[in-house]
Amino acid sequence: MKNITNIQKFSVHDGDGIRTSVFFKGCPLNCEWCHNPETQRYEREIQYDPEKCTGCGACVNACPSNALTLKERKPSVNRKMCTVCGRCETVCPVGIREVIGREYTVKELVKELMKDQIFYEDSGGGVTFSGGEAMTMDLNYLLAVARELHRQEITLTIDTCGYVPYEKFQALLPYVDTFLYDVKVMDPEIHSQYMGVDNELILENLVRLARDGARLYIRIPVIREVNGNEKNMKEIIMFLKKHDIRPPQINLLPYHDTGSGKYPKLDMEYKGTDLHAPDQAEMEEFVRLFQEAGFQNTKIGG
Amino acid sequence: MAKRGMNERIQKLRELSVTTPVHIDLERAKIETDFYKENDGKYSIPVMRAMVLKEYFSKKTLYLGEGELIVGEKGRDPQASPTFPELCCHSVEDMTVMSERKLVSFHTTEEDRRLQAEEIIPYWTGRSMREKILARMTQEWHECYSAGMFTEFMEQRGPGHTCGGQQVFTTGYMDYKEKIHKTMEELDYINDPEAVNKCEELKAMDISCDAVIILGERYHKLALEMAEKETDETRKEELFQIAANLEVVPAHKPETYWQAIQLYWFTHLAVTTELNPWDAFSPGRLDQHLNPYYEKDVEEGILDDEKALELLECLWVKFYNQPAPVKVGITLKESATYTDFANINTGGVTPDGRNGVNNVSYLILDCMDEMKLVQPNSNVTISKKTPVKFLKRACEVSRKGWGQPAFYNTEAQIMELINAGKNLEDARRGGSSGCVETGAWGSEAYILTGYLNIPKVFQLTLFNGFDQYSGKQIGLKLGYAKDFKTYEDLWEAFKKQLAYIVNIKIRGNNVIEQLYAQEMPAPCLSVVTNDCISNAKDYNAGGARYNTNYIQGVGIGTVTDCLAAVKYNVFDQQNFTMEELIEAMEHDYEGYDRIYRMVHDKTPKYGNDDDYADDIMQEVFELYRSSITGRPNMKGGKYGVDMLPTTCHVYFGDVILATPNGRKAHKPVSEGISPEKSADTNGPTAVIKSCAKMDHLATAGTLLNQKFTPDVVAGEEGLDHMASLIRSYFSMDGHHIQFNVIDRQTLIEAQKNPEEYKDLIVRVAGYSDFFRNLSKPLQDEIIERTEQNFN
Repeated sequence: MKNITNIQKFSVHDGDGIRTSVFFKGCPLNCEWCHNPETQRYEREIQYDPEKCTGCGACVNACPSNALTLKERKPSVNRKMCTVCGRCETVCPVGIREVIGREYTVKELVKELMKDQIFYEDSGGGVTFSGGEAMTMDLNYLLAVARELHRQEITLTIDTCGYVPYEKFQALLPYVDTFLYDVKVMDPEIHSQYMGVDNELILENLVRLARDGARLYIRIPVIREVNGNEKNMKEIIMFLKKHDIRPPQINLLPYHDTGSGKYPKLDMEYKGTDLHAPDQAEMEEFVRLFQEAGFQNTKIGG
Repeated sequence: MAKRGMNERIQKLRELSVTTPVHIDLERAKIETDFYKENDGKYSIPVMRAMVLKEYFSKKTLYLGEGELIVGEKGRDPQASPTFPELCCHSVEDMTVMSERKLVSFHTTEEDRRLQAEEIIPYWTGRSMREKILARMTQEWHECYSAGMFTEFMEQRGPGHTCGGQQVFTTGYMDYKEKIHKTMEELDYINDPEAVNKCEELKAMDISCDAVIILGERYHKLALEMAEKETDETRKEELFQIAANLEVVPAHKPETYWQAIQLYWFTHLAVTTELNPWDAFSPGRLDQHLNPYYEKDVEEGILDDEKALELLECLWVKFYNQPAPVKVGITLKESATYTDFANINTGGVTPDGRNGVNNVSYLILDCMDEMKLVQPNSNVTISKKTPVKFLKRACEVSRKGWGQPAFYNTEAQIMELINAGKNLEDARRGGSSGCVETGAWGSEAYILTGYLNIPKVFQLTLFNGFDQYSGKQIGLKLGYAKDFKTYEDLWEAFKKQLAYIVNIKIRGNNVIEQLYAQEMPAPCLSVVTNDCISNAKDYNAGGARYNTNYIQGVGIGTVTDCLAAVKYNVFDQQNFTMEELIEAMEHDYEGYDRIYRMVHDKTPKYGNDDDYADDIMQEVFELYRSSITGRPNMKGGKYGVDMLPTTCHVYFGDVILATPNGRKAHKPVSEGISPEKSADTNGPTAVIKSCAKMDHLATAGTLLNQKFTPDVVAGEEGLDHMASLIRSYFSMDGHHIQFNVIDRQTLIEAQKNPEEYKDLIVRVAGYSDFFRNLSKPLQDEIIERTEQNFN
């Protein structure tokens, strides 16, 4: 799989400098607070905005696979029958239907990523693979793009949840400048509960990457109900110290629900409605914990 | 509104300036009219013009306000706006309208209207430049003008568009007189057939110098009188110091930083009251001009940074005290603002090519940050040699969200000037004034002649030269949209229509230029502009070292997207036919949703770093440039192009019905070289890349507007990102970039509750203005300009 949902330029919160972020489609985790639900499934899909839909039925009439039906004046899609041909996107008079996910050849993608070279050079930026989980994409494809960027001396950062076989990290390591490595919660049970998988592989990969000399920025999304407590933060600190992991940067990212509006467009349900960000004082306290433990370059936000 | 200004004095001066209503001041018109009634025909035209200035400066009401350190007003008091009936004589109805209109109003009294009706109008009817110009234009010109094909700058205001060079800060008016007398003595009355005319020009320049000296003497006397009566010891001492300064300037060259600023201010007043020149007048690179005085005074212990800043802030108030003279009709529409486009430049390089940033540059940034006034318009010129510290300090001021300073590219400006025939040193001394126009400061008359509505030329092309807006045949009959069987056929027709309209404009310009050369010289501006004295020739007649005319192209984003929409959908993809597109346009896309979606959302657009559209932009630009650049003007110079709109893109959009790119009828067209609004969906780097594909070095200035919400450029990293965007754009030869850093919600709120957002300033085009002063469509447009907010 190698579908891409978005190539975002002037991306300034996903690594150093001015970057272009590539959002790959598909993720092995299932985090309740995910703010990019369109990157959860690996397959291309169609989304539409039910709030703006006028119920005119143009999409239903245009569908060659009969995957669309009008229910209470709103189109309903049978995702099994839908071939994501995009016909309904073209005919929608209000322009609210959109195919999510597109494949780029290596050449096409590199061409797009090279466009902002001049900004990378001045700002110390480059390209970031994000998602979804970029590391779950086709390895040969990732390698081909990474090698080409490396050849052009453009730095590559990979934003990862860490839940992939280590061999993939090992193969890409020579071409990656920095990993933005997510560490969410140390308790494996809580991890399973909110992410759908436990954290054993994630932590193991982190240790191995550090040992193999990878440059790592640790990123911790902080949710009061899940991991926003002193105990968890201290456990993360202990873990980093125990394995002698010295990241040049640690980012504590307060939870936000700006992605919740995307769920209805994909017939998905947002499960994070009861979650909250810690208040500013709590966030600052967590930063202090890290800094006191010797991780000076810890900050709130990316 | 918080009181701004570094101390109580400045706060009071600023407060008075911003709270005093703008009002018409007929003193100048009255003195001038009386003088003409008595003397017209007795003297040569240049001498007559100079005598009018002398008469005004000898008789005008003087103003020396409480706490002022820099003295002199154009009119009777702050916010007084003198009129210029010799250029444009307002009717009584004009005077009522300007007083009662909600935006950009000028208060007039019953007495003003009586004076206008009984004394001013009877004399000037049939004699004003406006009437002379309009009477000599062709039928084609009039039809194009009233249909909004182009505008005409000199219809209500005089040529000007220039900045002072170093001489404005180093030369006293007695020194100019000496130079004038020397040139007079060298006139060859035997062999030079022009000698008699030259003598008249020089006499006029000499009288203008006397006018400025007289104003200085009168202020000297007033300051002394006030000092003697003053009971407050501190103020008494200040008034004595002001008087002492006026013993030196404007007659002699300044000895101190304070005197240098006062000298500039007298020159500013003289140049902007002898005529009503577009873009007022500007001090050029103020930091470099003031720095020698600053360093000397600091060394001698008579100046410190606090005092230096205070004097700058006093100068800022002086600029703000002078609203742009009143405009009416189409000229009001193309430039609806009190802003008079005086432009303060900092940074750049020295005449011998070294980094030009000095301590005064930082003080100027502090001053603009503290004063937060829309006049003077402030900018920084960034060179490869500019320290990062200066660039980031400028970004820090700019991101506060009121559009100043704007950023200019030193190396691009130098290349543009050299490309237009200037020598290297003059190019380094030059830069941008007004909005973004380049000129060799102190040595060049670079005259903006008007805006040209490029999207409307394309619209004519689709309708056989017929203008749907005015209901008239104003273009060539080259066929209807459906008659063009290929994109190339359509392009050829567009090319011919553009050439036709440009020629109508240039023919009109030639007449106007000659009229000004013969009938409305500017002797004082000539005194301060290099080579006018040695050539014994007026600024308006080609006396300056360099003489350039510009026609400013508007709507390149819109016209590019129109061409792309037709090429992509009708010819390449065959999504629909030309007939279907025209039908949809004729219905303003109502009921044509499918076509609307295609052209509006699913077509390659300029501003996204997509070569499909950007290549078209390059072709349109090259066509526009080659139709104009290099053509001769009447002053022995050449034409060039700028790509900037002031507020004209709103007016130009208003006179165009729906266009092929999905733009609805009467909506503004794109401004500057920015993309059509909402067309850029790939962020600021893509916009910058697209814009950089234009050959900026072949222009005389381009304008790019970027709007950010505050979070995008917050923190130290935000400053780094802004600085990187600027450096990258400039390394691609971009000419100018400016930032609006505001969130959309704030603007919507401000539109709903203007009273609560009185001090909200936004960058409009080449300048900033109070949001509440803008018309609703312009406010809407600023709200809708794509917000580059990600993450």
